[in-house]
Amino acid sequence: MDHATLIFLISTAVKIIVFTFVLTLPIIAYSTYAERRVSSIIQDRVGPNRVGIPLTLFGGKKDIPFCGLLQPLADGLKGLLKEDLVPGHVRKFFFWIAPALAAAPAFLALCVIPFGSSISLFGEDIKLVIADIDAGPLFVFAIASLSVYGITIAGWASNNKYSFLGGVRSCAQMISYEIALGLSVIPVLMVFGQLNLSDIVQAQADGGWTLLPLWNEHGSVLDAAYWANSGEQWLLLIPLTISFVIFTTSIFAETNRMPFDLPECETELVGGYHTEYSSMKFALFFLGEYAAMIVGSAVIVTLFLGGWSAGFGLDSAISNIAWGSFKPGGLIHLAIFLAKVIAFVIFFIWVRWTVPRFRYDQLMKLGWVVFFELALVNIFITAGIIMLLN
Amino acid sequence: MAIIKIKRPQLTLADKLYLPAVIKGLWITLGHAIRSMRGKTHGAAQFNSSGLGVTMQYPETKWDDQLPDYYRGVPALVTDEQERERCVSCQLCEFICPPKAITIIPDEIESDDPWAKVEKRPKEFEIDMTRCIYCGMCEEVCPEQAIYLRQDYAMTGLSRAEMVNDKERLYEIGGVRTGLVNKWNELK
Ligand code: SF4
Ligand code: SF4
Repeated sequence: MDHATLIFLISTAVKIIVFTFVLTLPIIAYSTYAERRVSSIIQDRVGPNRVGIPLTLFGGKKDIPFCGLLQPLADGLKGLLKEDLVPGHVRKFFFWIAPALAAAPAFLALCVIPFGSSISLFGEDIKLVIADIDAGPLFVFAIASLSVYGITIAGWASNNKYSFLGGVRSCAQMISYEIALGLSVIPVLMVFGQLNLSDIVQAQADGGWTLLPLWNEHGSVLDAAYWANSGEQWLLLIPLTISFVIFTTSIFAETNRMPFDLPECETELVGGYHTEYSSMKFALFFLGEYAAMIVGSAVIVTLFLGGWSAGFGLDSAISNIAWGSFKPGGLIHLAIFLAKVIAFVIFFIWVRWTVPRFRYDQLMKLGWVVFFELALVNIFITAGIIMLLN
Repeated sequence: MAIIKIKRPQLTLADKLYLPAVIKGLWITLGHAIRSMRGKTHGAAQFNSSGLGVTMQYPETKWDDQLPDYYRGVPALVTDEQERERCVSCQLCEFICPPKAITIIPDEIESDDPWAKVEKRPKEFEIDMTRCIYCGMCEEVCPEQAIYLRQDYAMTGLSRAEMVNDKERLYEIGGVRTGLVNKWNELK
């Protein structure tokens, strides 16, 4: 094995561990905390603000509450320690694999997300993406839609009419949104002319974010050179904004978030597909939902909001920072990317606690009658604009 | 009466698009979030809020000053202005108590006592707070105005035995209550 292959193998292993276990899992844990805190702030409540270090357990005088920041840890511990109840009437095999099927796809989809540009180590450029493949968005769609199997199987295996309805709804919802989801990114891919997510982000760093084209290769909006390509970016903003709205809404539906959380829908279906689940199996569904939300935000940020790029022509400067042969620019980009993702996750939460649940037929209508057509027309608009400008 | 024909409201394009309504909703929730983070939630003062939202964080902030007079807390025995124990051990409360929380052992008042004519008093008077449902029947049935539901509500204990209020504790909780009818006093 030569030098480069070895570095490739080691760096990939390190990236897998760091991106999934060191970055994403804590973000998942803390987005459950953020969900509870943000919802309570919106509803004029307090939320979990007590769980901290229980010094009194070890003979201390007072507990340190830390604003409840250790709540996710306590929740996780509870998930592990609670009794794992398997009701007698379920189909055991499917009942057991469903939670894993629901949680795994979201984590799998992480591997094509570019977390940052690249860092230079020992003269080797290491891209901060686990698998730099040339079919990024397609891979995400292919894998992310698998998570519906977990939900449907869970609903069916529970042998319970409410769970079953939840599973069926999840299926129908997936079908009605997947098409709009796929069609709505085509304009973006047409504009960038490629499917490699890292290169799409690089193109946005150089030529302006998809939704914020305030600079391009020639300079920022204030420079005369910017208008050398006759404001093409601004014209393209129209179809791209439509794409963004459709794509974001479809991601909401895809991740079963409010206002499209029909598969779980407490008020109608008890708990939906996870009614019969308890302890860690239930926690896995929960984990999967939040992981899907984070991957969804990551994809939106990558495609529309510039991914890891800081924008305003700062990116090449960041990439060129060097301490000897070590170029840490990628890490700064990583931080920028995470900040954007977290901001978007908070937007997800904010929407959840604002918009009431859609009725089932409204959702189907929105998917089939509105978004599907709109996305289709949008492709032609984009194509027309691109043709006109060339 | 004249017939008033009301026109059904027509949905405008903005209504049909959902999006304006969603943005309006986001604006409203944002307003709430900002107010609650600045500690300026409407009604916070009225609810004795701890500063975040309207929530009163119980052990630290309490609402005791807002408890009404008729609040049905822990039932307890009271004494009157003459420091006399009012219960005559008639056991009406014991028998009416729906969950059978009260146990009374009656006793005779010695003949040399100034209140000897009352004849009876309780030797033991126990209310089991793990059984009590705070219904107030005992207070209602008592012919002597001797038992009242007071304002205490935080009854805690580490064992079942601790949750049983004996006579001494009941008088301690009940305290002195003024303005009652003193039917055993001498007529002037
Ligand atoms: S309040 Fe009701 S339950 Fe409690 S002691 Fe009196 S009669 Fe019994
Ligand atoms: S408290 Fe009242 S009702 Fe109960 S035994 Fe005493 S006098 Fe009778």
